[in-house]
Amino acid sequence: MTDGKRKEKEEAYEDIPGTWVFDAQRARAGYHLNEFLYSLMKAENRKAFLGDEAEYTSRFRMTEDQRQAVLRRDWNRLLELGGVSYALAKLAFTDGKSYQFMASRMTGMTEKEYVEMMLKGGRSPDGWRSKSERPGKA
Amino acid sequence: MARIIAGVGTSHTPAIGASVDNGKSGEPYWAPLFQGYEPAKAWMARTRPDVVIMVYNDHVNAFDFKIIPTFALGCADEFPIADEGWGPRPVPPVKGYPELAAHLVQSLVLDEFDMTIVNEMQVDHGLTVPLTLLCGTPAAWPCRVIPLAVNVIQYPAPTGHRCYMLGKAIRKAIESWDEDLKVVIFGTGGMSHQIQGPRAGLVNTPFDIAFLDGLSRDPQRLAGIPPLEYLREAGAEAIELVMWLIMRGALGERVEEVHRFYHVPASSTAVGNIILESR
Repeated sequence: MTDGKRKEKEEAYEDIPGTWVFDAQRARAGYHLNEFLYSLMKAENRKAFLGDEAEYTSRFRMTEDQRQAVLRRDWNRLLELGGVSYALAKLAFTDGKSYQFMASRMTGMTEKEYVEMMLKGGRSPDGWRSKSERPGKA
Repeated sequence: MARIIAGVGTSHTPAIGASVDNGKSGEPYWAPLFQGYEPAKAWMARTRPDVVIMVYNDHVNAFDFKIIPTFALGCADEFPIADEGWGPRPVPPVKGYPELAAHLVQSLVLDEFDMTIVNEMQVDHGLTVPLTLLCGTPAAWPCRVIPLAVNVIQYPAPTGHRCYMLGKAIRKAIESWDEDLKVVIFGTGGMSHQIQGPRAGLVNTPFDIAFLDGLSRDPQRLAGIPPLEYLREAGAEAIELVMWLIMRGALGERVEEVHRFYHVPASSTAVGNIILESR
């Protein structure tokens, strides 16, 4: 692939609205954040994290932006900074929440509204295929 | 001779496993889904495969980001159940088939598919939810399982075409194993879904139905779907459907669709299930 073509592909990812594609560049930026999230697979680490979030997160080499977004549970910012949703889910589970709760927060809906949308067949792709379909929106 | 007699396509949504584990599968939200899987469960009980090749993806459980294998073949004799953040699922451990897995590695690498060999691995909902859906809640799983974990988390995932060709190589490898075995291959994940960002909750039913149709009618077309089309049309996590193409490739040219079920939603996911028998 030429450099031009590769760039075109990365820009095409960026054209999908409301989505942070977890590609190699984002994964690189999010590596230490995701390693922190991965650590929450162990019960003793979940306990240590909940006991002192600031202290526990300081053990990992993530950026201050990433750390603050963890403490605020700013899910979309965490995606933007290289968190991957499956790893972020471990933070939601640690809080006693579900995937569904996390997804609803990312959409700005309440969990109830999100569940309603899914029961009605989910979000239609119409209007969400390209940023060009959503001038001035997410 | 060992033979791949059929393929199963199924979603592997974690909430499905949680509903069973927490005794909620009879509730109104879940009951239609489990009713829809009854024919597939009956088919599985009738078919009694000796071995299942389970094509699935790990969700940051067996593999963190230190090493990201594109295709990883589980060669252990047993695979423990992962604690994904809320304790391990209360399901039996998964028994492997190391001799056959070693043969698969040998054959696939010589066929130019460079598999990562995994001798110790925990398995997560990607593998156990399909077993629960097709086998219920037995004290021990009724067959041996060879896990084939595919990276679909960090883009790019392997292309649909690459997956389809890997399936063909798996068929060749199984047919060169000199033991009378019935093998069923599972392609799991999907169908349309997105569980991240403001666009979460995306479902594209026409896309999913066309995909189910294409598995028997025109798998070549499906193998040519570019990654960006899965993203745009069916959501960021719909790329998991490339794993169904490994299953389809392993079934030979002619297949008969013997069962299909489609249901929205399970949590954030459009659920699909198909059974294809080799003819």
